[in-house]
Amino acid sequence: MLTVLIDTDSGNLHSAEKAFQRMARETDGGRVLVSSRPEDVARADRVVLPGDGAFPACRAALVRDRSALHEALLETVEGRGRPFLGICVGMQLMAQRGFEYRETEGLGWIDADVVAIDPGDAALKVPHMGWNDLVIDRPHPVLDGLETGDHAYFVHSYHMAMRDPAQRLAHCDYGTDITAVVAHGTRVGTQFHPEKSQSAGLRLIANFLAWTP
Amino acid sequence: MLKTRIIPCLDVADGRVVKGVNFVDLRDAGDPVDAAIAYDAAGADELCFLDIHATHENRGTMFDLVTRTAEHCFMPLTIGGGVRTADDVRNLLLSGADKVSFNSAAVANPDVVSEAADRFGSQCIVVAIDAKAVSEDRWEIFTHGGRRPTGIDAVEFACTVVAKGAGEILLTSMDRDGTRAGFNLPMTRAISDAVSVPVIASGGVGTLDHLVEGVTKGGASAVLAASIFHFGDYSIAEAKAHMAAAGIPMRLT
Repeated sequence: MLTVLIDTDSGNLHSAEKAFQRMARETDGGRVLVSSRPEDVARADRVVLPGDGAFPACRAALVRDRSALHEALLETVEGRGRPFLGICVGMQLMAQRGFEYRETEGLGWIDADVVAIDPGDAALKVPHMGWNDLVIDRPHPVLDGLETGDHAYFVHSYHMAMRDPAQRLAHCDYGTDITAVVAHGTRVGTQFHPEKSQSAGLRLIANFLAWTP
Repeated sequence: MLKTRIIPCLDVADGRVVKGVNFVDLRDAGDPVDAAIAYDAAGADELCFLDIHATHENRGTMFDLVTRTAEHCFMPLTIGGGVRTADDVRNLLLSGADKVSFNSAAVANPDVVSEAADRFGSQCIVVAIDAKAVSEDRWEIFTHGGRRPTGIDAVEFACTVVAKGAGEILLTSMDRDGTRAGFNLPMTRAISDAVSVPVIASGGVGTLDHLVEGVTKGGASAVLAASIFHFGDYSIAEAKAHMAAAGIPMRLT
């Protein structure tokens, strides 16, 4: 089994790579490869889209600059139904539209827009940065073993405003509801960084590697 | 609810911890990776490495250190010291840093902050401000380890770098650093109130009540300390329990 982490040149892939490698080793989860080559994504059994930075830049890296990579992603995830995990901006790209800097089209897999966080209280700083406790909205195989009250590490200034609450698996509170985990069919996304979230994050990664939707 | 963070900071020179870390069960007190693993296990919310003799010659040592730490610790890691350009940021991020901190380079040229934030996102750009009181309600930036005054007002500068895209401010009171007399609370409060991004209070922690005050009186989103943790005066767990007892939301593990 091959899990490909897509490299869009955006930032720190090293810790995501190490976290996936460790959990793959511990769970017989197969091989983990970081790549931006369309042919690697095309043969992947699982695809992870980590993302740091801004929505338009990540989108551009995926689509405008590398349409072959985008096509390979769509073929593997939409065409062949391989499990997909988006992390942080990688999760935000699953939405229909993003509004960071300017309106940008997303992958359209989740019925949501990505909008600026407005906690409605000047004491609540943006970025929403640090450990927040999860509220699990509905069970899902990737959340197996995680409970309401478990902490995850967030760092973001925009968040996913859902139109279909059934696609939200977990959220947290920051003056307003912050979408933490989304899912639709074979695709899941986490706003927080599982690779930075110690035991809860590593658990989620192991769950994803074992998930056979 | 978002929790207040406790961030132990390790001063590193040529790949080794200086000032030392005095933990039980540490194989090598001078190896930052061993110290990082110990803090990870102890429940630290983030880690900070400060390269105190950063030069081009020893940069490779820092990259190697960050890479090795990221292999063992699945928690956020901030690197500071000698960061001058957006390319320095990229190289540290590629090594495994989550956030990178500008200090003197941002004072010399605040535009380096916007260049780095545009390329990598505000979420990974920290600006470290070292300041001293020059009157009761005015604080001035000092560079070069607190030796060189700049005449720049710390509150104004904080607003400037946030407008340029800094995602977080690491605020050190130079006149408190190493004194164990507590944070400079009026300065911390003035800057926390002036900027929209999180402020990390640093410099002067001697007791657990100082950590509490940094949040309740200083308005900080996170507290950074070195010696009280390194020398085993208090554990991370004791600090968290003390802050939680004072009503501050903490991640208790």
